[in-house]
Amino acid sequence: MATSSKLNAKIPDGTLESKWTKYRSTVHLVNPANKRSLEIIVVGTGLAGSSAASSLAEMGYKVKVFCFQDSPRRAHSIAAQGGVNAAKNYQNDGDSVYRLFYDTIKGGDYRAREANVHRLAEVSGNIIDQCVAQGVPFAREYGGTLSNRSFGGTQVQRTFYAAGQTGQQLLLGAYSALQRQVGMGAVKLMARHEMMDVVNIDGKCRGIIARDLITGKLERHFGHAVLLCTGGYGNVFYLSTNAMGCNVTAAWKAHKKGAFFGNPCYTQIHPTCIPVSGDHQSKLTLMSESLRNDGRIWVPKKQGDTRRPNEIPEEERDYYLERRYPAFGNLVPRDVASRAAKERCDAGYGVGTSKMAVYLDFAFNTARYGTIEATKNNLHNPSKEEIIRLGKEVVKEKYGNLFDMYKQITGEDPYEIPMRIYPAVHYTMGGLWVDYNLMTTVPGLYALGEANFSDHGANRLGASALMQGLADGYFVIPYTIGDYLSDEIRTKSIPTDHEAFVKAEAEVQERITKLLSIKGTKSVDSFHKRLGKIMWDKCGMARNASGLQSAILEIQQLKKEFWLDVRVPGEANEFNPELEKAHRVADFIELGELMCIDALTRNESCGGHFREEYQTADGEALRDDDNYAYVAAWEYIADSNFELHKEELKYENIKLAQRNYA
Amino acid sequence: MSHGNMNLTLKVWKQKNKDTKGRFETYHAKGISPDMSFLEMFDVVNEQLITENKEPIAFDHDCREGICGACSMYINGRPHGPKGGVTTCQLHMRSFKSGDTIVVEPWRSAAFPVIKDLAVDRSSFDRIIAAGGFVNVNTGNAKDANNILINKDHADEAFNAAACIGCGACVAACKNSSAMLFVSAKVSQLALLPQGQIEREDRVLNMVKQMDEEGFGNCTNIGACEAECPKSISLENIARMNREYSSAILAQNKLHH
Repeated sequence: MATSSKLNAKIPDGTLESKWTKYRSTVHLVNPANKRSLEIIVVGTGLAGSSAASSLAEMGYKVKVFCFQDSPRRAHSIAAQGGVNAAKNYQNDGDSVYRLFYDTIKGGDYRAREANVHRLAEVSGNIIDQCVAQGVPFAREYGGTLSNRSFGGTQVQRTFYAAGQTGQQLLLGAYSALQRQVGMGAVKLMARHEMMDVVNIDGKCRGIIARDLITGKLERHFGHAVLLCTGGYGNVFYLSTNAMGCNVTAAWKAHKKGAFFGNPCYTQIHPTCIPVSGDHQSKLTLMSESLRNDGRIWVPKKQGDTRRPNEIPEEERDYYLERRYPAFGNLVPRDVASRAAKERCDAGYGVGTSKMAVYLDFAFNTARYGTIEATKNNLHNPSKEEIIRLGKEVVKEKYGNLFDMYKQITGEDPYEIPMRIYPAVHYTMGGLWVDYNLMTTVPGLYALGEANFSDHGANRLGASALMQGLADGYFVIPYTIGDYLSDEIRTKSIPTDHEAFVKAEAEVQERITKLLSIKGTKSVDSFHKRLGKIMWDKCGMARNASGLQSAILEIQQLKKEFWLDVRVPGEANEFNPELEKAHRVADFIELGELMCIDALTRNESCGGHFREEYQTADGEALRDDDNYAYVAAWEYIADSNFELHKEELKYENIKLAQRNYA
Repeated sequence: MSHGNMNLTLKVWKQKNKDTKGRFETYHAKGISPDMSFLEMFDVVNEQLITENKEPIAFDHDCREGICGACSMYINGRPHGPKGGVTTCQLHMRSFKSGDTIVVEPWRSAAFPVIKDLAVDRSSFDRIIAAGGFVNVNTGNAKDANNILINKDHADEAFNAAACIGCGACVAACKNSSAMLFVSAKVSQLALLPQGQIEREDRVLNMVKQMDEEGFGNCTNIGACEAECPKSISLENIARMNREYSSAILAQNKLHH
């Protein structure tokens, strides 16, 4: 297989270990005086956006940053719970840059680029240093050193955390750095602004059209470069762990203006979420993967067992992950754990009223911690109650906010009875195709963090999203953007009355007018829910050719109906959340079709993409490396018409193998 | 579509924009399930309003799991409603009874102008952070993380202060519209950590100055902010900020004389 001539990943020459160091030392620079006249637009203020905007402003670039939320601090990175990986080897358990690199490639089921992943592992340690310097209050040991815990898909403890609020603390660190630059006038902050389109001039990205969400006014903004740090597209499924506002619009508009979309079908279904409770549900809540450190997952050995969990004796429980994968046990990667839960529920062993749930049980480790505490406190012959009490205190310190959240939502106390959990859409590995510099196929247009496709292959390991977002923003883009901007120092700011800006704004205006003029009978949400159901049923945890074929037809039909019958109340020139949603759902519908096309084209199973036709006798994902060891980069041609370009994945340092966690 | 069997009367603040006068409107929420969150109940009401060709109610929300700080409803006279320790999105309808009348207003404070209905402008909080809520350290300047050892109790206390979600419930709860709990949480987090020592004095002075300029009121030690804070941020932070402020003023006077 040969890589398409339209794709150049620009991976530097040299050995894997030397690529980044050498590249960083030789990439073109922009001198400080020239930086002051170069303008960069950053869209999105999550970990990738905030870290990129603050770092670039510190270097001297003129930065404008946009977010649709009322404050940059509310971007959805805030909700990440469990932790951030880094190859520090503070636990002296054999961790290294190579091991983090290897775990990530293997966890991604051998569908990520070696060079990008190695760079990610190399800078992972710098992230922790930077965050600590900012005052991020990570968990610590009594001696004052940083604490670590385990996450899935690895056998070392390399995850740094701040209780169950790691994303919050990292984002507030990056937000502080950003606000510091805002206060100094180096960053202009445009909150409650949504990017509506990118503007290309002479083949280069030169700015965006944004909508002021309070006044509804459309605005034109010029930039020598535009960075999309706009997160993932999990909300295409309607129900996901994403925030309500998470959307694909920025990435999709960029796609329609020339940026190829990479591996759209790679979505991550997270194994431990609170199950759906009814059709009123607006979103799903994650229970952090860190809980799998101390929680054991099980279902009854008997089908349709209606006993309460605490009444089911030990020998009648099936700890199916420990049974199937003894080496990794409850800490197998997410895709493996999710499919195993689905398999048990589909086979009739599910629990709870819906029977679409499994137990995550803390009793065993609560007792273990209690015993350790009793020993530490010199309590001899402690009673069972005493042990449980002490153990609960330890569990509370580690996961208190998660347990509270669970209790709040379900009305059940997880300290007393096991949690009921089921997989839910959580993250999208696919995203805009980018080269080693994080540039899309449109010169000057970049994608960072979850918005790009680059580092996680077909399945992301836990605690690696925070790592990638911050790596891209703090330690990659500040260097790689020089490769492009060093050639732009003679480009003067382009006035926004340029015809390309005028035309792009007119197109956005036309679409708004169209959406408001349909005055149909069905709400935006009703279309979103229908799309979500099609995607979950036919392009979810398991997919097959006939399901995907019918999904494509259903989505095309849904799209027609949307544009004939959607009802968007209110006006264009006001704060109008329904209009915002209508734009986003229209783009999700188009994306959904491409996801199904991509899933249908990839005739193999890998990571989060599980095609029922391609599995081993044990029900594991069966890859086809001879024919599918490539990145699928889709080019937008016209409505419902996409062209596939392939980037061959070359493994020069890791031997391709069937993943084995048993 | 029916979801459950609770029926409620809502009296909701409607206001077109910051320049117009608002008023209460009455709505009927029917077929509500006790498992719904308060915001999902609003989704049902809005869906109904859209179907009837009426204007839906505007409100801020995003993560719906109590961490982003966007949701901000003043429910029956209390920020985030009757339950302690939760945000509006985590408040479930099982906390109400069928037949209840529920009054819902936006945060009320001169420093939080109403944008529309229940959505307010909290950008004043961002400007307070921009005035000093950070450590002055550029990317790339950090030393190895374990070279900074931090006493676990201090780290935990800093974390507890840093858990603030910036929702503004403290301001909404306060009869003076004081933002002291919010500001003191950030001041405390950084005052408790070695990384924050160098700029300790400037930080508290600059943040307090910005807080005053934004039009927030003074603290008169009522404690409503702590009681209503969905993250249980402690009043001790305000006490610490007052100490930080006094010593910063004293230190400045020493420098200048």
